[in-house]
Amino acid sequence: MFGKLSWSAIPINEPIDMIASGLMILAVLGVLAWVTVKGHWPYLWKEWLTSVDHKRIGVMYVVLALVMLLRGFTDAVMMRIQQSISVGPDSGYLPPEHYNQIFSAHGTIMIFFMAMPFIIGLMNFAVPLQLGIRDVAFPTLNSVSLWLTASGILLTNLSLVIGEFARTGWLAYPPLSELKYSPGVGVDYYLWALQISGVGTLLSGINLATTILKMRAPGMGYMRMPVFCWTSLASNLLIIAAFPVLTATFAMLLLDRYLGMHFFTADGDGNPMMYINLIWVWGHPEVYILILPCFGVFSEVVSTFSGKPLFGYRSMVAATMAICILSFIVWLHHFFTMGAGANVNGFFGVMTMIIAVPTGVKVYNWLFTLYGGRVRFQVPILWSVGFMVTFVIGGMTGVLLAVPPADFVLHNSLFLIAHFHNVIIGGVVFGVLAGYTYWFPKAFGFTLDEGWGKVSFWCWFVGFYLAFMPLYYLGMLGMTRRLQHYDDPSWQPWLIVAAVGVALILAGILALIIQLIVSIRTRDRRRDVTGDPWNGRTLEWSTPSPPPAWNFAILPHVEREDAYWQVKRRTREERVAAAKALVYEAIHMPVNSPTGFITAFFAVVTGFALIWHIWWMVALGLAGALATTLIFAWRDESEFEIPAEAVAQADRTHQDAQWTGAAP
Amino acid sequence: MDGGRAMTAASLHDDAPRAAHGMRTGTSTAGPAPKRIIIAYGFWLFLLSDIVMFSALFATYAVVAKATAGGPTGAELFDPTNVAVETALLLFSSFSCGMMSLAMEARHRTAFHSAAAVTFLLGLGFLVLEMREFAGMIAQGATPQRSAFLSGFFTLVGCHGAHVAVGLLWLVVMVAQVADKGWRTTVLHRLMCFSLFWHALDIIWVALFTIVYLMGGR
Amino acid sequence: MARPVAATALALVLPGLAGCSGGVLDPQGPVAAQELTILLDSLGIMLAIVVPTILATLGVAWWFRAGNARARYRPDWEYSGRIEMVVWSIPAMTVLLLGGIGWVSSRDLDPPKPLAGTRAIQVQVVSLDWKWLFIYPDQGIASVNRLVVPAGTPVSFQLTSDGVMNSFFVPQLGSQIYAMPGMITRLNLQADKPGRYPGISAQFSGAGFPDMLFTVEAVPGDAFDRWIATARDQGDPLDEAAFRRLAQPSRADRPRTFRDVTPGLFTAVANPGAVKPGP
Repeated sequence: MFGKLSWSAIPINEPIDMIASGLMILAVLGVLAWVTVKGHWPYLWKEWLTSVDHKRIGVMYVVLALVMLLRGFTDAVMMRIQQSISVGPDSGYLPPEHYNQIFSAHGTIMIFFMAMPFIIGLMNFAVPLQLGIRDVAFPTLNSVSLWLTASGILLTNLSLVIGEFARTGWLAYPPLSELKYSPGVGVDYYLWALQISGVGTLLSGINLATTILKMRAPGMGYMRMPVFCWTSLASNLLIIAAFPVLTATFAMLLLDRYLGMHFFTADGDGNPMMYINLIWVWGHPEVYILILPCFGVFSEVVSTFSGKPLFGYRSMVAATMAICILSFIVWLHHFFTMGAGANVNGFFGVMTMIIAVPTGVKVYNWLFTLYGGRVRFQVPILWSVGFMVTFVIGGMTGVLLAVPPADFVLHNSLFLIAHFHNVIIGGVVFGVLAGYTYWFPKAFGFTLDEGWGKVSFWCWFVGFYLAFMPLYYLGMLGMTRRLQHYDDPSWQPWLIVAAVGVALILAGILALIIQLIVSIRTRDRRRDVTGDPWNGRTLEWSTPSPPPAWNFAILPHVEREDAYWQVKRRTREERVAAAKALVYEAIHMPVNSPTGFITAFFAVVTGFALIWHIWWMVALGLAGALATTLIFAWRDESEFEIPAEAVAQADRTHQDAQWTGAAP
Repeated sequence: MDGGRAMTAASLHDDAPRAAHGMRTGTSTAGPAPKRIIIAYGFWLFLLSDIVMFSALFATYAVVAKATAGGPTGAELFDPTNVAVETALLLFSSFSCGMMSLAMEARHRTAFHSAAAVTFLLGLGFLVLEMREFAGMIAQGATPQRSAFLSGFFTLVGCHGAHVAVGLLWLVVMVAQVADKGWRTTVLHRLMCFSLFWHALDIIWVALFTIVYLMGGR
Repeated sequence: MARPVAATALALVLPGLAGCSGGVLDPQGPVAAQELTILLDSLGIMLAIVVPTILATLGVAWWFRAGNARARYRPDWEYSGRIEMVVWSIPAMTVLLLGGIGWVSSRDLDPPKPLAGTRAIQVQVVSLDWKWLFIYPDQGIASVNRLVVPAGTPVSFQLTSDGVMNSFFVPQLGSQIYAMPGMITRLNLQADKPGRYPGISAQFSGAGFPDMLFTVEAVPGDAFDRWIATARDQGDPLDEAAFRRLAQPSRADRPRTFRDVTPGLFTAVANPGAVKPGP
């Protein structure tokens, strides 16, 4: 009746597990109770859960990412504590079966459920505004993408309470992840959660790429797009080209596990190396899917806060697209140590180094954007300069690992761990936090507190160096990754330093939470009435904060890059005359739809049933999803009209606010 | 602040009326494309991603093509006649799918329904032949569990078959939609996507036929 | 030029380096020594670019701060062909140099490439859950979690796995290589001096992974011969059945030796279900 599921799936005997799940359940119940008591359900359902507005979907993605940052970071803290005390056999407080789940969950959550939703959220929020249009190409599909990502997140977190998570590392290399060596449901949780959220990501990539390629404001040629749109385009093209490979790879591993096939098994002539090739054909583009939009954020921030156009715009575009293409021909550098042969290793090593060229160009172009600027040291630029300094170190160690003989001694060591945290924290996390601070006032109509933002930056920045520089050194001493305990006592002091660094990062995260609370409480003092709190250059800053559902009363006509900056340079008389000539028309916007939310509900049911082999429930979930699709297909109303008068009134109010807000 | 602080959104629209009426001055300056183009483009990107997924399966199949673990090989299992008939059915179904599109353009319901019925029957025939082939192989002990080669074969060919099955379901839904909702824009858009999908399955089948059956049958 | 820069930088970045030894930083064989040289050289070359870049970033950002009246504000400066030339060529030249190092060294230090010197000792390595089996095919003995080799003599390894993947790694001797089921990888290493060098698995392989340690004991030639002779006289024979018993999962196994290893055992492990059709 219930497949493999029984009461024994609930880890009653493991106190750490139970405390963690207990806290999580309490937190979820607390939030649900608060919403119920306050009577917020109708508002939440109508305005958020069923919303197809790209801005709200973007915000919800970011909320998911921030929550998952807390979950993934908790895992990080547990690992750092474990390694700082576990010298000698059977020491530490986490047994291997638990420790191995924690590092697997940490990697999976941070990449798939923290970094990805954060990036996709920022792109969703900012890209249509920067392009000067009213929504993405497929608004309802956008909502489906969001909720499928949420389904994957829910399943992953469910594994904490019911059953277990994978103990195989975040990429689940076979044969270890095959049924023979991992008979539990952990790997199944991992695979189904990522399959479901992967579909969401792919659909989101198609949606945003179509939006950028086919829906730009009049006059916005490719070479007039803000750089963030360019990097988003590159990232979404990579999603389209890379995620299907992940889907196919996981599907084959699932077939091995569920139907006894022999793709990656040690027997039946299967070939585990094939999995490793395929997973990195996805995996290497994946790191550029994450970092490229962050490069875009830094470009916007550096240019805005220097009060200058981005230096070498065409160079930046060329560099972005070069990285986009090169990222597909370097995957083998993740396994130089598999004995592929000297020429193959050499080729992939050199290709990897070549990626450093466009990346280096970007760093210098940011440097020359700062040069001759009037740099306002507000929080977003702190993250950006912090990134530039940190990222070049990460890039350097990356090129070092691309030299095959150097990789032969550093592969899988803590040096590697330090390297990719160097680029992921120094690049992606700093980038999304810069974007979060930068676009927050646009999304909510008030700015974030500067003081706490600076505290957070410095804690993260210093904490990062304390936490990861020792790992570079330990890697050179020969300490490998994923050790639940170790024998060499001379490693311990460095691991304690790393734990202190993580404590500092914790302080940085707490500062972010305090910043949010303080800013909400003092929001009336920090209202952004003009819609342009940073003296921005791109079109999103020409809208009110928060923008109306339709973003632009009339689609702007773009004449060159930095479209809004050009407008701000005109005289008042010119602009007043232009305002008088405006003719407002009624706007048609897509209606909200529960399709995404309900599809995701059935996706969770199906995924859970598949994990536990409850076949009738699988059928039920699939039938539900099909029915949801059909109901959507049969709906008669897909758009509603906003009358011209309402549009005109809103736009005129905003224009007045822009003038008033501008008075010194 | 640099004279840039005070401005109005209105000034973005000196020539707003022209922009609002979507005057065409070349693709990059024309503004958002019409809905039909956007949908076709997006669906086309989806098909590309689907083709990428198939290429991962093709690559895998190429790696395991000789990994038979002592079990039967492709040359022993494949029946060229059966495959030729399957191919013919699928190609003809693409033709009838094209007829369906023409009928749609002409808003001719009877022609549309007949073309859809022919497409459905040809697709179904393809699936039945494929299932028969699979059943025959399994009966000989050539199951997907037998070797990496057979895992690769059943997955690659089966994945295409699953696409055809989904296509048939979609076709039924579309026929019902035309019957129920008539030729309204959303229905026309979906029919256009279906037609793209059905032709893409043909392209994949041609690759599959060549790599699996022609090259593997020898 | 590059070496001192790198060494200085390393000493600055990683205080306490001088006091510690071990691991990759303390090479005990020709492969490890060359790899450390390549590592430090590459690091040095890049630091020569990276350090000025970091300083320039901080300097420029600080000099052009909004409050600095002496800095000239150029709100429209956004392009300079000459600067673009330079910013593309600096990383390009660096990568050209490093790419050269990468390509040449990748061929020089290819793991299957035999080392120069006397005839190599053959060792077949099987990774098991969670221990290492070292088979000496020419001597007909095998050893668990303890690899005894003559100092100053090349050792030629063939590696496979009986189950999941592992990576065979002795940090002080250099190159690691994966041990994978159904496949044979090759590696050549040498220990210059007698000594004990820790070895690990560098690829996560499940619950017993942290205990999958072994020791390389490099001994003088005559001591090696004595060890072989002793191993031939004592311990159990290693046939298929004994191997299957050994292959059962276990953790932190004490070193032990086997005599009379069934010839072809390694090949049989590397090709499970070895009945292959035709050529």
